[in-house]
Amino acid sequence: MAVRLVDRDRAMLGGAQGEAARLAMEIVVAMAESVGAERLVDIASGHIDGALYHGKVSLDFAERLVAGGGRVRVPTTLNVGSLDLLHPGLYRGDEDTARAGRRLMELYAEMGCRPTWTCAPYQKDARPAFGEHVAWAESNAIVFANSVLGARTDRYGDFIDICAAITGRAPYAGLHLDENRRGEILFRVSGLPGRLLGADVLYPVLGHLVGLESGTLVPVIDGLPAGTSEDRLKALSAAAASSGSVGLFHAVGVTPEAPTLEAALQGAEAVRTIEVTMERIARARDSLSTATEGDLDAVSVGTPHFSVSEFEQLVGQLDGARVADGVAFYVSTGRSVLAEAESRGWIEVCERAGVTIVADTCTYVTPILRSDARVVMTNSGKWAYYAPGNLDVQVVFGSLAECVRSAVEGKVWRDPEVWADG
Amino acid sequence: MAEVRALVPGAASGPALVLSAPLSFWGGVDPTDGRIIDRRHPQAGERVTGIVLVMPSGRGSSSSSSVLAETIRAGTGPVAIVLAEPDGILALGALVASKLYGTTVPVVVVVDDRTYRSITKGDEIEIRGGDRPEVRRQP
Repeated sequence: MAVRLVDRDRAMLGGAQGEAARLAMEIVVAMAESVGAERLVDIASGHIDGALYHGKVSLDFAERLVAGGGRVRVPTTLNVGSLDLLHPGLYRGDEDTARAGRRLMELYAEMGCRPTWTCAPYQKDARPAFGEHVAWAESNAIVFANSVLGARTDRYGDFIDICAAITGRAPYAGLHLDENRRGEILFRVSGLPGRLLGADVLYPVLGHLVGLESGTLVPVIDGLPAGTSEDRLKALSAAAASSGSVGLFHAVGVTPEAPTLEAALQGAEAVRTIEVTMERIARARDSLSTATEGDLDAVSVGTPHFSVSEFEQLVGQLDGARVADGVAFYVSTGRSVLAEAESRGWIEVCERAGVTIVADTCTYVTPILRSDARVVMTNSGKWAYYAPGNLDVQVVFGSLAECVRSAVEGKVWRDPEVWADG
Repeated sequence: MAEVRALVPGAASGPALVLSAPLSFWGGVDPTDGRIIDRRHPQAGERVTGIVLVMPSGRGSSSSSSVLAETIRAGTGPVAIVLAEPDGILALGALVASKLYGTTVPVVVVVDDRTYRSITKGDEIEIRGGDRPEVRRQP
């Protein structure tokens, strides 16, 4: 089926805007054909994941675009790169990869993308409006933009992200369309204890469960407290997009397309309903850990990147204590949040406590942890999901408070209260 | 012989490697040798190099586009991919590799479920391009 193009699409395909725009439009059109889109749609912004180095192909593609005069046509933010450009000494990998990773980051900046280097651009750098079409990459950012902000992006990734930003166009398909945003699988959480619903640690676990159970269906969560914070929705988004292929969820009374259950389901019946019992959530929690006790080598938080309010929480929980010798404590964040946390004096407090700040990148996509680190604790469902495979470490999932106290004591500490039933 | 939908058109042939579960190339395939490194995957340890990769669908991270393209660049990738469900992420990786390196790895969807399930490991698969793309199988 041929995609219906407008004159400026055809002009771009003909090379009227240069070689890079021609190649980018060819790729956008080919993708549109492959997903069965009838036409393209204008996008208001882009978020690019392609600046993380995956091999020579990453550089070859970006070099080709830059050589062809590639410039983004819409405001575009950048996801994490392979290096922390602010603290380059943290990188423990080989020199060639570092050089290639740095060059790739420069190429994307040369194309006019903003060097935000964060997987959570929605915290400070870019907040698409409700109903706005955008082309975002990075799975957690996609879910957050769709679900929490009510913007519309399909699940874009490497290559197509920059092609959409250069052309200002994306295939009108997938989550851009009303009918594909209808809630289909219902998770009822009202049976969970109120105290757990009010605890940060529930949200990555719930996201993990939702990802595992949803398949390709759009999940609806019913029973979350009104006003559930963006930090919690961020953790849920990231976990759901790691264990599953979730690109959008609705939370009744919390997210903008779900003022009511009926609205979230667009008046239809749910295909399936899952009662989220304590037993079920405990099983999901346990599947996030590959170790449960013992000496700790490191803690990693900030996946997705730490927010200003999470820094405030961490500073409160450190409460003057110091991380034990032999334990590395990493907080990953973006530059904009870092600047604000710095201006409030929190970075100095963190560093005095023995905490290492990582910017521009993340500890699970690039070698930052010591290669002999064996047991690592995290409060992130996403980190817990990917790190054992990427880094060959054992992971212990817990709350931020459990992470902090474990780091201070040098061994895994569990709060028996958090998951108590009733 | 089965009619297929070509996500990335082209012709190729080779022995089938049939995966019983979807595979994420990112975190799942080592592009330096084409080996399946996702320890949770049922076919972990097999190599995707030089074969027709047959699997139900893609999975997981969109960085799989890059890793598939990197295997094609490095010559460690499959010669074709046969899917039961369309997958834009894999199609994109193959498309970009063909634009950059001129190596076409067709990505096709076998619409008919019975045909898809009849393919077994080692079958010689031929994918034909053109206006009416086909998948032919010789056990």
